[in-house]
Amino acid sequence: MRKVVTGNMAAAIGAKLCKPDVISAYPITPQTTIVEYIADFVADGSLKTQYVKVESEHSAMAACISASNLGVRTFTATSSHGLLLMHEMLGWASGARLPVVMVNVNRAIGPPWSVWVDHLDAIMQRDTGWIHIFAENNQEVLDSMIMMYKICEDHDVLLPGMIHEDAFYLSHTSEPVDIPDQSKVDEFLPKYKALVKMDLDNPLGFGSLVMPDNYMEFRYKIALAMDNVREKIIEVDADFKRLFGRSYGGMLDLYRCEDAEYVLLGAGTTASTVREVVDELREQGKKVGLARLRVFRPFPYEEIRKLARSVKAIGVFERAFAFGYMGPFMAEIGGALYNTDIRIPIKDYIIGLGGRDVRTKHIHAIFNDLEKIANSGKLDKELKWFGLNDGNRPEEEM
Amino acid sequence: MAKLTIPKEEIMSPGHMGCQGCGATMAMRYALKALGKKTMISVPACCWAIIPGAWPNTCMQIPMQYTAFEVTGASISGIRAALDSQGMQDVNVVGWAGDGGTVDIGIQALSGMIERGHNVIYICYDNEAYMNTGIQRSGSTPYGAWTTTTPVGTTEYWEEGQKKNLMEIVVAHRLPYAATASVAYPEDFIKKLNKCLEIPGPKFFQVYAPCPTGWKSSPELSMDLARKAVTTRAFPIYEVEHGKYKINRKPEKTPLSEYLMLQGRFKHLPEKEVEFLDAHYEKEWKALLKLEEMTQDESLGNFM
Repeated sequence: MRKVVTGNMAAAIGAKLCKPDVISAYPITPQTTIVEYIADFVADGSLKTQYVKVESEHSAMAACISASNLGVRTFTATSSHGLLLMHEMLGWASGARLPVVMVNVNRAIGPPWSVWVDHLDAIMQRDTGWIHIFAENNQEVLDSMIMMYKICEDHDVLLPGMIHEDAFYLSHTSEPVDIPDQSKVDEFLPKYKALVKMDLDNPLGFGSLVMPDNYMEFRYKIALAMDNVREKIIEVDADFKRLFGRSYGGMLDLYRCEDAEYVLLGAGTTASTVREVVDELREQGKKVGLARLRVFRPFPYEEIRKLARSVKAIGVFERAFAFGYMGPFMAEIGGALYNTDIRIPIKDYIIGLGGRDVRTKHIHAIFNDLEKIANSGKLDKELKWFGLNDGNRPEEEM
Repeated sequence: MAKLTIPKEEIMSPGHMGCQGCGATMAMRYALKALGKKTMISVPACCWAIIPGAWPNTCMQIPMQYTAFEVTGASISGIRAALDSQGMQDVNVVGWAGDGGTVDIGIQALSGMIERGHNVIYICYDNEAYMNTGIQRSGSTPYGAWTTTTPVGTTEYWEEGQKKNLMEIVVAHRLPYAATASVAYPEDFIKKLNKCLEIPGPKFFQVYAPCPTGWKSSPELSMDLARKAVTTRAFPIYEVEHGKYKINRKPEKTPLSEYLMLQGRFKHLPEKEVEFLDAHYEKEWKALLKLEEMTQDESLGNFM
């Protein structure tokens, strides 16, 4: 069934379709409507779940973790400062190998207060042991939730996962979304079977003290599980396509990259704007493409190496900045390419922080800049804060 | 044949890692005797995260979840919600946290849990400081006490605040059952646990648990100290059932100094400070007697 819904409604419907046994959440702008819609579903009886309305995001994640320890499916949603407050418990979920699934609405970090889109909240959770998927549209929010449970609950994985949706551009913007039939979702996503759980008949301790001669092995097993996620994402994406007819390209979503000479690489809704500009430039005969960083953890380093072999330059667009260095994606990509013989120029464009609008003309300006770099093979500078109100802004960045 | 009021079954095995004379260990042993094997327990950062032993060993014969410092309340809500989702009503869900994890860093999650009305039991074992991290003061540390963060020195730099009245905070939530207990009165503790198992909704216990390591007292004196805390009125044992107070023991008062001076943490206190503390406890005791009297009024009905 096709419905016109916001990203947050898509997330709430996604939660309903995945039938979590326990949902625990706390409201924060702009995630709020997710918890409201879920409350409506519980109130009208269309979602049978234990809905635990906690007093903080930290407790929301703690409740999900504890429930997951009993082998049931759990869900929560948050945003920005709420995600930061959860940070401690994010590490607890992955360390305890619990497939908790969460939707995070990407929002800027204050001060100054901003409720608009920015990816730094997600980036700050990079090393928590969670799978990170950035959605580009509302359909992908919903579909990624169904796929995420399947990936996380696989016994070769058993890790938590979060789906990121851009504040307002997705959370509060309506788009047509195909709502899958419950029976098909049930077929794709059977009930979660825990490998081990809190059980009166088999009383065990979960998360106890481990001495230095064993701790490292627990961490290594998480690393191995995260490596398993790569092939699992590709496999689940293919299975999903067979049943639902939609695919998201696995780890790195490539658009018109086959013969591209230069590509823009980045995540979130800006990718849709880039897609549009790629089409326009292709009309003009320019060999350009988009590489959408759909999965941030595990990082698609192999896919990026393969792409980098066939292009002359890469422009990285990112809605976050890692203070003291550069954009977080740029640093990751540099790391992915260093131990190869690939030496192409890569330029980092910091754009649209705190919800600043990124328009097609801005992407054109970035492509123009990148074209110069691709043709000359020379990088003028590694990093550019694009469209800054610093009194020196050129017309095309306005 | 004598009738045993304390069940013989041991659900906590020997071989734990608690210190000699550890009140927290005794409290767990007694609590499990009352709670039985159909119990799941969640334990945050505290001595009890260490006492069961390091992986892969444990002295516990029930499922136990270790969790972060401040989330005991939320964690037992999560366990209860998961059990409810599976239709498993007949499992006791217990949160077991130290005083720091309850009165300080965990008080928000505790408050949220009580307010949600989940059918769980929260037990705070109170040894009056952050003992597992090395005897730092907590909101539950009594006035005048030495800790590593109130080190006395030459400047009378001891704990300056009175022990936080956790019970009044908890009771203000209007929960069905809250009680203090003491390892020196195990029959009373077990009786109250048994009673609370029959009451649906959130239940709360604050159990006095001497810590020879942190109190600088002899391990063999733990029971004696726990008893003296009750007889000096430093830690009265009482229960609040549906809003009605009942003081479980009203012993003859014994001199406070006899309790304080057995503990290195109070030995620096001059006589006037002992008198000051004694007067404070006496005032609290009188207030408690008034609360007991006042809440017997039938017209008040049940709070919850």
